[in-house]
Amino acid sequence: MSTISIIFTALFYISLLVFIVGMGRKIYQFWITPAPLKIPTAPTPLTQSGVVFRMIREVTLFESLFRSNKWIWLFGFLFHFGLLLILVRHLRYFIPGDLPEVFLLIQPFKYAAFAMIIGLGGLLARRIFVSRIRYISAPSDYLMLLMLIVIGVSGVIMTFTDNHTDVMAVKAFASGLVIFDWANLPTDINFLIHLFLVFVLLSIFPISKLLHVPGVFFSPTRNQVDNARKKRHISPWALKQEKDNAIKLEQTLGKDN
Amino acid sequence: MAAKEFDIPKLPTYIEIPELNPGIMEGEGPFKSSDEFQNPLGFPGDKVENWKEVAIDKMGELKSKYRSVQVFLDSCVKCGACTDKCHYFLGSSDPKNMPVARQDLFRSVYRRYFTFAGKHFPKLVGAKELDDDMVDDWYNYFHQCSQCRRCSVFCPYGIDTAEISMAAREVLDTIGIGQKYCNQILGKALTVGNNLGLPEPALKDTLLDLEEEVEEDFGAPVKYPLDAKGSEILLITPSADFFAEPHIDGLIGYGKVFYQDGVTWTMSSYASEGANFGMFIGSYDVMRKAALRIRKAALDLEVSRVMVGECGHAWRVAYSFWNTLSGVGAGAQSSDAYASKLQNQLDHRYPQPQHIIEYTYDLIQRGKLNFDKSENDDRTVTFHDSCNVARATNMGGIEGGQFILPREVIKAVCNNYIDMERSTIKESTFCCGGGGGLLTDDLMEIRVKGAMPRMQALKQVEKNEGVNTLAAICAICKSQFTKVLPKFDFDPYMIVSVHQLVSSAIILDKPQTEAEDAEIAEEAETE
Repeated sequence: MSTISIIFTALFYISLLVFIVGMGRKIYQFWITPAPLKIPTAPTPLTQSGVVFRMIREVTLFESLFRSNKWIWLFGFLFHFGLLLILVRHLRYFIPGDLPEVFLLIQPFKYAAFAMIIGLGGLLARRIFVSRIRYISAPSDYLMLLMLIVIGVSGVIMTFTDNHTDVMAVKAFASGLVIFDWANLPTDINFLIHLFLVFVLLSIFPISKLLHVPGVFFSPTRNQVDNARKKRHISPWALKQEKDNAIKLEQTLGKDN
Repeated sequence: MAAKEFDIPKLPTYIEIPELNPGIMEGEGPFKSSDEFQNPLGFPGDKVENWKEVAIDKMGELKSKYRSVQVFLDSCVKCGACTDKCHYFLGSSDPKNMPVARQDLFRSVYRRYFTFAGKHFPKLVGAKELDDDMVDDWYNYFHQCSQCRRCSVFCPYGIDTAEISMAAREVLDTIGIGQKYCNQILGKALTVGNNLGLPEPALKDTLLDLEEEVEEDFGAPVKYPLDAKGSEILLITPSADFFAEPHIDGLIGYGKVFYQDGVTWTMSSYASEGANFGMFIGSYDVMRKAALRIRKAALDLEVSRVMVGECGHAWRVAYSFWNTLSGVGAGAQSSDAYASKLQNQLDHRYPQPQHIIEYTYDLIQRGKLNFDKSENDDRTVTFHDSCNVARATNMGGIEGGQFILPREVIKAVCNNYIDMERSTIKESTFCCGGGGGLLTDDLMEIRVKGAMPRMQALKQVEKNEGVNTLAAICAICKSQFTKVLPKFDFDPYMIVSVHQLVSSAIILDKPQTEAEDAEIAEEAETE
């Protein structure tokens, strides 16, 4: 194997490991941190199935964002939905051997790249030109968008222009990563940039705002059932405090009754 | 310190998103608390020596105790969806009043001290040191948030600035920088029993006077009982209801409804406050301490129902938190002796706690109340959804019941009802501008500016529909509107309690006169 192939193979495993361990730790942290009070935000479902339905609408349709701002919704939706289709289409590179026939159906998903890039471009333009959003943006907010745009554009160049990369080699490399049968990767610059930035993105996922992906599922204002009167909800630390009779305030305000 | 001069915002035909005016609301924030008010709550009275260390430790503690804080600090993508949603931003144009920017005062410090990126690449990710300037900004801008949760409705991840604001205020209290208004009031609520510091004798006198007045005015012996052991209902209402206009007209209304229903009810001198300011300062302990007074009163007075008067923050704490804090509610496990003790005493044919609007609505549905709606014919009414009722509670156990029930009660007693523009009511309602511990004269500028969006929507229905009455079910809204309405050329008396409207229209059963009594007695004798 060539040196560059060895480096990229190593980078793949390292960034994947960082991603899995980092996300695992973060999700565990979200999981074990108690929500001591019922704080769902209206319009609030009164049942568990209502909450599930709300969450599904939130993560598939971006319901609250739609209510909030149609432009951000449009660009955000184009980007996320485009990215989803593209990710599905990329599975073909990771599945060893012949592909199931269903992959013929998702061949046109490649056009989703344009939706993604338009969405990202719109979000970047808003960040630059809308003074309110410019005010709240840090350098990393621009960088994140630029990185995704470069990933998208390099992919489009390889797919839709004459700068095709050797997809058979890509498949051998990618599926080799999965079955530990490592192969050389094509070394044209578009592909290397494309791949490298994906690795960077994977690695920074657990330490950046990309945490909104698990975060939305743990958001108490969205995932709680509005049944506070019907069922007593109490967190472990609050229960302990209840049993200890709120010692801290005992000296000043008297014992609990 | 004399109140600062400031311009009253103009009311546009449509709400426009203002150009940013960085620093326009910079300042020292509200009056600071001192030993006298801080120490009883377990907080130091002055900025402690090692404040930075203490603050960072407290932040760490809070994010490990509240999932909301941890998840919200991590999840914001700075999409900008919330930037035009805060009434304080719309009214003041200070960018630090945009919800995300307000949170970022806290989040940037979190990043600096708790995240890999912020520790190693602070500039890149906008992480900032916790220094004196930052603490000043916290104190100033976290007291320009009324914790109304409008931003949370519009955030794609439900990030609730109120949670961050509460956390920041708790950190500030912990290092000895407290707000005088909230903490002084809490002192009174936790020792005397209500925010006004009215002791039992004063309360008793007030209610006796009220009984006399009502009997004189309406000819029926409506009672306003205090500490009546063995009553069916314990009413917990904001102490403003005991004396101030327009609040007291609401209290008169509650009494009339109870009278018509023929139920026994009481208020408590020990727990004579609905509003729980512990929520404003973000302290679970203090909030619980205040809520425990209601538990004790319910147990001591041996009531079977606990009911809450017209108070937005009271209703949020009662509806969403009481069951957690003090067991006032239902559904405790049998192993939960603490909550069961009270819950076994309560009558679970009724929701516990119940809102006075739910109670009145139910009586109306069952045809137990009669009204002369023409008594309110001089009014064209609109309803202001109080932020904490609208976004953090429910009524009637039906989805959106907190919007439906108050409107139905108003429509049952008034012929003329008009809603304000849809994007300014219900879950999207604009805060009155005085909630969350901001209802103090030293914050008048932000209160007036923050009222602008609500005033704008009101102006439209006043102009187009002839609305002359603004009804609300929150003591803070009522007090705030009384102050700010005249600044926007409205009549300050147009703000009323919903139960004031009920009170005007309700037809009371008059007691039999002496002549009738004699007749009955005669009849009984002849039989």
